[in-house]
Amino acid sequence: MAEALLKVAGLEVHFPLRSPFLQRRIGTVRAVDGVDLEVARGETLAIVGESGCGKTTTGKAILRLIDPTGGSIRFGGQEIAQHGTAALAPFRRRMQIVFQDPYASLNPRMTVGSILAAPFEIHRIGQARDRAERVAGLLRTVGLPPEAARRYPHEFSGGQRQRIGIARALALEPELIIGDEPVSALDVSIQAQIINLMKRLQAERGLAYIMISHNLAVVSHVADRVAVMYLGRVVETAPREQLFFNAQHPYTQALLSAVPEPVPGRRRSRQVLQGDVPSPARPPKGCHFHPRCPIAQARCAEEAPASRIIAPGHAVACHMVTP
Amino acid sequence: MSATAALPESQIGRVWTRFRRHRLALAGAAVVALLLASALFAPVFAPQDPTLLDTALRFRAPFADWAHPLGTDELGRDTLSRLLHGGRVSLTVGLVAMVTTVATGALIGITAGFLGGWIDTLLMRFVDTMLCFPQVFLLLVVAAFVPPTLLSISLVIGLTSWMEVSRIVRAEILHLKEQDFVAAARALGASRARIMFRELLPNAAAPILVAATLKVASAVLMESYISYLGYGVQPPLASWGNMLTNAQGYFDTVPWLAILPGAAITLTVMGFNFLGDGLRDALDPRLRMDP
Repeated sequence: MAEALLKVAGLEVHFPLRSPFLQRRIGTVRAVDGVDLEVARGETLAIVGESGCGKTTTGKAILRLIDPTGGSIRFGGQEIAQHGTAALAPFRRRMQIVFQDPYASLNPRMTVGSILAAPFEIHRIGQARDRAERVAGLLRTVGLPPEAARRYPHEFSGGQRQRIGIARALALEPELIIGDEPVSALDVSIQAQIINLMKRLQAERGLAYIMISHNLAVVSHVADRVAVMYLGRVVETAPREQLFFNAQHPYTQALLSAVPEPVPGRRRSRQVLQGDVPSPARPPKGCHFHPRCPIAQARCAEEAPASRIIAPGHAVACHMVTP
Repeated sequence: MSATAALPESQIGRVWTRFRRHRLALAGAAVVALLLASALFAPVFAPQDPTLLDTALRFRAPFADWAHPLGTDELGRDTLSRLLHGGRVSLTVGLVAMVTTVATGALIGITAGFLGGWIDTLLMRFVDTMLCFPQVFLLLVVAAFVPPTLLSISLVIGLTSWMEVSRIVRAEILHLKEQDFVAAARALGASRARIMFRELLPNAAAPILVAATLKVASAVLMESYISYLGYGVQPPLASWGNMLTNAQGYFDTVPWLAILPGAAITLTVMGFNFLGDGLRDALDPRLRMDP
């Protein structure tokens, strides 16, 4: 395989914790604490994990909406983790984002037409007069009538707004779109429509997606590969089937066992984790998961496990898993 | 699939419905409209030149004679004409000062709120410093050095009263800049200036509009203060403030010379304040600003 479209290595996003009055640094929130990821052209990588595990921060750091404090982000073979605003400009066209909340992600004071024309204005693409035609084309692509351009975001439903958000992300013809929980704010009936739209666009345009989600049902529909995050670290990465049927990391197993069973009355072994997720300001020593892990040994409290490949495309960060 | 969604009436419609319920605001709007019209058409409505002296006709009482419906002053000048032309001066100062206030306050507020960090600290401490001095004191200090013209008076009033506006705008921007639509603009590569003025500023329009209306009232009042104290609009040009100055020597014998410009000031200030209150309630019920 040629070099991946996106290769993230050792990504860290640490936020300083400051005291209320003197603003002295009194600690560090390790939101993302050494994440490795790879995305190939045209594939979908899902990042799953509980709220607060750092999956959204990872996505925003890759887009450089949040500055990483360490690690490397290689996009199309070029290192962008330390790029300034000007050097990032060409990469802005190649990576885009779709947000979770379709009510907050569209400017309420701009018409849909000016929201969708903004990417062309910022990157000086085309003449002012043919931008209206481009906007109409984008709207048709996401299944909205071109007349929608004259309306304001509040005149649309959640699903329609998410289509507008997708159209904006498509405007610059990116190679990678990061979906930050793109369907979790929508009604279940609308979720399927948006997922199908995104899958269709991927097939037509060869897009790569990073789908950030806590919903394993959605992930099982869209992902080619899945990365599971816990407290700022990736604990397991595997192709979709491998992950759903042969999960190795105890956290992944617990996560999968929490998915509701669609057949009523059918019982499965439910693996309930004890305790809560620790604060990323004071993560446990060694393996972040060891205080809650059912199979933890003394070693897990001392030494952070490295990620090891146990099968093609299947990597696990756990001392207790042997290839 | 239709593109229209659940919104029975437009935003403007909802604002108007809420505004209409506010009786005082409607009255304020009517008074403001009347004042603006009378100032605009002062030369048409005024019975005569406001500076025309007629020492044979000093201290005419109001309603005594059709040539001078509101009487004459100590130099025999027609009071109605002076009120109308003075209103023109006072409202011009009020509006120009308001524009200065809003432009300065919005620029400083959006810069502090959006850029944050030490720029924010610096600008906000500057605001605190400006607020430490009573505005009249600042005005008089500046007025002592700047020759009083209509423009300089307006600018001086505007540049000493933008602090509340900058705080309101900053607070609004701090809230808005965390929204996803700003992150979306950054992901598209939008410049800071574009995000500040195209994405954020229009979203702060409602509180700015309210502050602007209330600022007209306070600027009219300020102009009266400093004209009354003799640092503002200079005779023979009439303003409501310097009409009051002239009237104070005759207050025990000819009170209407003071009452009429005083009433005009009161009416204007109340009109704009009620209009501003109504707009605030109609546009954004959450919003509160101290007058």
